Amino acid sequence: MNNKIKNVLTSNEMIVAYIIIGLSILIGCVNSAFFGVSTLVSLSRSMLVMLIFAVCEMVVIISGGIDVSFPAVACISLYATIRFMLASGIDSPLFAFAMAAVIGISFGAFNAFLICKMKIPPLIATLGVSSVANGGTLAFLGTKEISNIPEHVDKLSQIFIFTYTNAGGIKYSLTVLFLIPVIVCIGAYIILKYTMLGRGIYAIGGDKNAARIAGFNVTKIQFIIYMTVGCFAGIGGMTYMILMRQASPQVLMGSEMMVIAAVVMGGARITGGHGSVFGTILGVGLITLVQNNLIMLGVPTHFQTLVVGLIIVIGISITSLRAKKIANSAKV
Amino acid sequence: MEMNEVFLKLEGIKKSFGGVEALKGVDLEIKKGEIHCLAGENGCGKSTLIKVISGAHDATEGNIYIEGKKIEHLNPIDAIRLGIQVIYQDFAVFPNLTVAENIAMNRALMTGAKKMDWKKARELAVMAMEQIGAHMNPDILVERLSVANKQMVAICRAIINDAKLLILDEPTTALTAKEVDKLNIIIRRLKAKGIAIVIVNHKLDEIYGIADKLTILRNGENVANGGIEEFDRTRFIKDLTGRDIVETTYRPEKSTEEILRVERFTRNGAFEDVSFVLNKGDVLGITGLLGSGRSEIGDALFGLAPAESGKVFLNEKEISIKSIEDAMNHKIGYVPEDRLTQGLFLDRSIQDNTVAASISKYLIKGKLDHAKMYEVTKEWIKKIGCIAPSPNPDIRTLSGGNAQKMVIAKWLNTEPKLLVLNGPTVGVDVGSKSDIHMILHDLVKAGVGIIIISDDLSELIQNCNKIMIMKNGKASGMLEAATLNETELTHLLSGKKEDNNE
Repeated sequence: MNNKIKNVLTSNEMIVAYIIIGLSILIGCVNSAFFGVSTLVSLSRSMLVMLIFAVCEMVVIISGGIDVSFPAVACISLYATIRFMLASGIDSPLFAFAMAAVIGISFGAFNAFLICKMKIPPLIATLGVSSVANGGTLAFLGTKEISNIPEHVDKLSQIFIFTYTNAGGIKYSLTVLFLIPVIVCIGAYIILKYTMLGRGIYAIGGDKNAARIAGFNVTKIQFIIYMTVGCFAGIGGMTYMILMRQASPQVLMGSEMMVIAAVVMGGARITGGHGSVFGTILGVGLITLVQNNLIMLGVPTHFQTLVVGLIIVIGISITSLRAKKIANSAKV
Repeated sequence: MEMNEVFLKLEGIKKSFGGVEALKGVDLEIKKGEIHCLAGENGCGKSTLIKVISGAHDATEGNIYIEGKKIEHLNPIDAIRLGIQVIYQDFAVFPNLTVAENIAMNRALMTGAKKMDWKKARELAVMAMEQIGAHMNPDILVERLSVANKQMVAICRAIINDAKLLILDEPTTALTAKEVDKLNIIIRRLKAKGIAIVIVNHKLDEIYGIADKLTILRNGENVANGGIEEFDRTRFIKDLTGRDIVETTYRPEKSTEEILRVERFTRNGAFEDVSFVLNKGDVLGITGLLGSGRSEIGDALFGLAPAESGKVFLNEKEISIKSIEDAMNHKIGYVPEDRLTQGLFLDRSIQDNTVAASISKYLIKGKLDHAKMYEVTKEWIKKIGCIAPSPNPDIRTLSGGNAQKMVIAKWLNTEPKLLVLNGPTVGVDVGSKSDIHMILHDLVKAGVGIIIISDDLSELIQNCNKIMIMKNGKASGMLEAATLNETELTHLLSGKKEDNNE
């Protein structure tokens, strides 16, 4: 039992949690305004889209793959949907999400086809699809930023779960869109832990060949994974657009590295087979915390990227050192 | 359950791949509760036969009967439903999942479950472990287990799927002697339950320890079949290889001409204060348990992980080995422990592999002389008795024995003064093993110093005249091989004898 407690306290998740706590105390010491509901609300809002992407990326990484196409897929989904809606005069939030999801799923299927059927390594396949999606957006849909979002869709950004007013009378509101990552996290947790599909995802990441021998349909599972990721890339893109109240064709490009870093920091091994929803939430939380609050510590803007980079390097080093330690530890 | 009932019967099984006959009419009968060993050299058709039995391959011709019923077409799922379970060499377990989940997963998949029932998985795992007498924490990740325990997980997984025939593909390759004993106990338990067991193995000593029956395959045919008591060592080897192999014992001519002298060789945490002398004509064996420092001495002599202190004299001249480059400049060659990852470029041709250590010889005015490399490789293939059509195919296509011969040829092509071989015949069939020993004997005669690091004690006794035993990083004695037998050496190794003396 003692050992169990020790294992939990030294797990990857807890290490990230310690870093978050340490950093929070540091920021709180410099700026006491940090501790408060307002910080929590603004953090939640900043984490929102990244969390959707990160949970999906985690599932891909657990299965032993990687997906770097989701920002491009998210962009094309949101941009194509909004262009179509403006052109046809449709104004329905449900339609907006559904169309973005369908576009996402089709790109996900394309990824899965390249990976499973053409046997292209996931990194290369999704890199290619990323270029196709991004290039396609710019070539066929244009480069203009659109800010006249259809009314009903736009309204979504003004619906809040709750609003907090601080002593100074400033309002902090948590958008209803926050429910999306919450649902994604809970769904992913249940599927990964309590369904054979979820266990199959871990099994493939552990040993693809053994999974095949055991009787998993590896191709089917991979198709499900990449198509689901595509689906949520589309939904995530749409969410981002609503939050920003603006549709821009390239806005999410480049976010994939930060998302992968968050996932790996949360304890997922880049070689596959390991990872947890809780860890990923913490990983995203840490990166968002650093990105948003370094300014409170007086770190100049130019240094922030450097500091974010350092934290990623340190966090990931701890994760990989731990994996190495386990590999070298005495076997029972 | 009736013990003498036949579980599986094969009649005239033939299997060909694109015109090449891998199986040329194999008959096999396996009874319930019988431990049946299947032996054969690499490429004899063992794996193909197992794949036919497990439904992975369709037999081209022949009949399969299971429990008396003729099976027209056997596919893998049917085979599992009929109770046929194969445990492959790599066990096909999931390192990232818990013991319980590994054991229960196949069954959950077989029953078409959609939900993961953790409680049931644990119960099944505990039950299966009880049945075979294994003790493992069901919640621990399999990556934390030793090889032997990973194998236990694979066996547990097989038996909860109601195995009636368990096929173990070379189950002892990675096990220590103690672990093999434990495995044998478990196999006997399963036998007592009426499960038929097929073990693929070609180590005679181990077969004697466990088998009821023995079938020997050669070139896709079964050449011998019978109770284990019908086979003695000579017949076994003859049936296995199809030729008479004389097990020679190497006894050198005495010489005082020194090739290698090592003094107070030390690397912290690996070995300490090791000294020995290798004279012309000597074959030095270094043995010891895993982790005793035996492999590390080889690594140090080749500069892979250099020693921190101590002196090395080659032909009575002191040399310093700080890197592999140093070792190679002094004409030291090293056949590493793990041929697949350290000794070969698997996806390169035989030619590329053969000239890899001596490539500079063929660099003429900045250009590689491909014609010469081809000729040299061809000569080595012939000289070293490797069965390969030409220097062109990937070295991956060679069997273990032939590939190992080419690793040795690679070093011989550098004209070494000293050749250190770490586990030279691991995973090598009996015929090639004897060939490799002959090659080593010829080399010694030609004046090359040979050091064999191995845990195969009979190999050391047959091929070395001096044997050094390593214990916890220290050399615990230099023995004359002529005065030793295998039992004595085993005792010395595990330290029993010494303890008695104290």
